[in-house]
Amino acid sequence: MIKILKSFSKRILRALFGGKDNISIGFYGPPNAGKTSLANRICKDWVGEELGTVSKVPHETRKVQFKEKVEIKHKGKALTFKMVDTPGIATKIDYEDFIKHGIKKNVAKKRAKEATQGIIESIKWLDDMDAVVVVLDSAENPYSQVNITIIGNIVARNKPVLIVGNKVDLKKADIKKVEAAFPEYDVVGISAKDGVNMDEFYESLFKLTKEI
Amino acid sequence: MKLKKNAKIKGLSLQFLPFSEVQDLSIAERVKKILNLVLGNKIVILHGRLRAEEEARLIEDTMALVDHVKDFKGIELAVIEPSLKDKGLFVKFKHGLAKSLIGDSNALTVVGPASIVKEIKKDPKKIELMFN
Repeated sequence: MIKILKSFSKRILRALFGGKDNISIGFYGPPNAGKTSLANRICKDWVGEELGTVSKVPHETRKVQFKEKVEIKHKGKALTFKMVDTPGIATKIDYEDFIKHGIKKNVAKKRAKEATQGIIESIKWLDDMDAVVVVLDSAENPYSQVNITIIGNIVARNKPVLIVGNKVDLKKADIKKVEAAFPEYDVVGISAKDGVNMDEFYESLFKLTKEI
Repeated sequence: MKLKKNAKIKGLSLQFLPFSEVQDLSIAERVKKILNLVLGNKIVILHGRLRAEEEARLIEDTMALVDHVKDFKGIELAVIEPSLKDKGLFVKFKHGLAKSLIGDSNALTVVGPASIVKEIKKDPKKIELMFN
């Protein structure tokens, strides 16, 4: 009931004073969930160029990267926003994990150092976001504390949140488990890599910005 | 600062932290207290749970320590709390009231050094600590 009243009053205020012009939407989540893959998919669909590199090695994105004025159109509506892709948030970093992926020790140590700084940067940027898309790997256990901490922090800052269960193309993917873990939020299952279910994602993105 | 070496675990050191010991501390002090115990290779069991912004601060400070403390790789973190999903309105109200007065006393927060606790597997019904 309170949610409905809040949403209603926001709409009234927006109608009276106009909406926010420069919307920032942050892509948050644990490492290797596919935040940059999703950002790249959106960029490919609407901008024509990719935002960042992706890799199977965790913590490929170690700095916040963004694209200004991404304009998407869906069912006759248009939405322009700043897309902010953030480094994956984790509670531990071990350079030896990178070595297991064939990275040399000195490069792995540098990567680990950059990854720790990237996590701190991600958290700091959260205050500047107007809405957040939390990208999870739908083949992984959604009940991890990092996921809960990320979503808890978005909610504590009164920012609207959309949960994306990525990698539905994988055999182990279980979008129902993601939905069961976060029953209070909108959950969309997609494959950013293959472009599966992007229409539903764009629909949910429009819905998300209405809550700002 | 240097992390205590603990190459092979012969025993397990659990440190129970009553909420009363941290409730009057600032966010920074509370996080520092937990991390000091973790740096001593202890698995901390906090009666209650941290607020979302405190958990974020815990992650930030952990990352800063990973950068500066030799052999420290971070933490494993989990919160266990009873599900109120199927409970009645009165139980939820009682829980909410208690939470606002004395913190979330029904929850337990487990924080362990990543060098010891490899993974905390959690789903709604069970919690498993996997050791390195």
